[in-house]
Amino acid sequence: MLKYIVRRLLMLIPVLLGVILVVFTLMYITPGDPVDSLLGDNATPEAREALREELGLNGGYFQRFYNYITRLLRGDMGICYATNLNVATRIAQTFPNTVKLATFAVVFAVILGLSFGVISAIKQYSFLDNLVMSVSMIGVSMPSFWCGLLLMLLFCVQLNWLPASGFDSFACVILPGVSLGLNSAASIARMTRSSMLEVIRQDYISTARAKGQSEFRVIMDHALKNALIPVITTVGMQFGLLLGGAVLIESIFSIPGVGKMMVDAIKARNYPIVQGGVLVIALAFCLVNLVVDILYAYVDPRIRSQYK
Amino acid sequence: MNGDKLLEIKNLTVHYESFDATVHAVENLNLSLRHGETLGLVGETGAGKTTTVKSVMRILPDPPAKIVSGEILFDGQDLLKLSVKEMRKIRGKQISMIFQDPMTSLNPVMTVAEQIAEVIRLHEKCSKKDAHKKACDMLELVGIRPERGSDYPHQFSGGMKQRVVIAMALACNPRFLIADEPTTALDVTIQAQVLELMKRLKAQYQTAMIMITHDLGIVADICDYVAIMYAGEVVEYGTREHIFNHTGHPYTRGLFACIPDIFTDQNELEPINGLTPDPTQLPEGCRFHPRCPHATERCAKEHPENIELAPGHFVACHLANKGGNENA
Repeated sequence: MLKYIVRRLLMLIPVLLGVILVVFTLMYITPGDPVDSLLGDNATPEAREALREELGLNGGYFQRFYNYITRLLRGDMGICYATNLNVATRIAQTFPNTVKLATFAVVFAVILGLSFGVISAIKQYSFLDNLVMSVSMIGVSMPSFWCGLLLMLLFCVQLNWLPASGFDSFACVILPGVSLGLNSAASIARMTRSSMLEVIRQDYISTARAKGQSEFRVIMDHALKNALIPVITTVGMQFGLLLGGAVLIESIFSIPGVGKMMVDAIKARNYPIVQGGVLVIALAFCLVNLVVDILYAYVDPRIRSQYK
Repeated sequence: MNGDKLLEIKNLTVHYESFDATVHAVENLNLSLRHGETLGLVGETGAGKTTTVKSVMRILPDPPAKIVSGEILFDGQDLLKLSVKEMRKIRGKQISMIFQDPMTSLNPVMTVAEQIAEVIRLHEKCSKKDAHKKACDMLELVGIRPERGSDYPHQFSGGMKQRVVIAMALACNPRFLIADEPTTALDVTIQAQVLELMKRLKAQYQTAMIMITHDLGIVADICDYVAIMYAGEVVEYGTREHIFNHTGHPYTRGLFACIPDIFTDQNELEPINGLTPDPTQLPEGCRFHPRCPHATERCAKEHPENIELAPGHFVACHLANKGGNENA
């Protein structure tokens, strides 16, 4: 198992190199000049040239890529044009907020999705099942920013229960977390249902009932663990996506997260931030996937034996 | 059929109901079994054998299955009237079941010892450690090294899995064992081993058993009584000797004709013509009449009652007394 993890971690190197290359190239060929937004329209050509020299924007593609890579390998991701802070510092400021938000959203989604998925499967074709599946259909198709706005209208404007913006207390996480998690909850519920339905028709479920085991334990001990594999995949995917893709929700609720930082950086052609941000998100995505694969092995002994 | 009956099924009717049709899986079925005896339940696929025994365990999937009427008396107690909780105390403790396919009847994510210990802990007051110890003893009893208890089902071969299933079924020393085609999924040599094991354990524990099979060889090997099922009904019931030597029902004779005889020079077997009827649209009268070589007009109209050919040997056929059973 340890060998497998080490191998997977080594595989991260080419993946991240690929990500670096693609992002660098994209930013290189994107029209626009960071100097425009830093100095404004009235700057003299001399001042602009001096700034370009200082930021290392002169020189060809290969020259700049070489400079970037060599600095990156020394652990230097560059300086943010807008704040003059180290990129690593900026990410350290914003990334924890995104992680907090995504974690809350995923925990919320798993609790909601898993329980409703299981109930739906046990009571297949019942009124409850139809209700849960209809609601989850809406949940899957509803854009999270729209849902966020509606929740904000209700809980912040009408009822005044929760704060509409900021990120300084736990109450601030609830609304954006819920709006972000609803989508995932719906897809987790649908995945759990179909996976459970497949499992509860298996012979070993009849075996468990034939032993005299209670229906609750049959579902929890025998069925759920077997049904979890595809659900874990979905949860992992969702978490990975949320880590990088909470852009809209972060903007609506003014949360200083990595998504919002990246959008601002792209607008201002703030190259070091974009490159650094994408790198960190890609790394996080890969690590979440690794955790998912390790969880498979934990849940299913058949997969565990393949890793040896 | 008198005496101290362990199991008595009276007029059991089970339907599967779907949106547009009702499947008459079991109709008016009567069966009984005494302590320590073995009954072979024989019939084609879809005859209602598994449905019958799953009704006894009350583990039919509901919906779509519905037990429409009947009584299932176990030790004089109607199982169909018990509460879910009372029934759970009987399952695994008094009545155990071995399923057809050992490949799928073990939970892939639990070790085999855990799965055996589960049934022990459900019915016997003992610590987790004692249950595990007993589970390993059971494995040894069926010829598996006890240290393999911590292995998972995928690490066992088919025959060994079926041994595990048997160990699990016998762990609480049940009085009644249901074996649903326990050897169908296994190859022939393993079949013989598993049957031998079942015979030995049955004798050792004095367990009564219903053995579902479509292999008449297995019936000849271990059953005391035989019930032949066709399209949801028992068409012939009797001791093994009676059924094998004085076959009453044309369907049973058809089944025997399908067995190759190694002492004569046969080029072809005699199949039973036609197919089992669609259980949503069963034929009028005797259900076997469209395929029966001796069918008369009466067979197409009137449903045959049970006729007692010899004491304890029942046949549901209009022709049973008329020597229709002697020729052919």
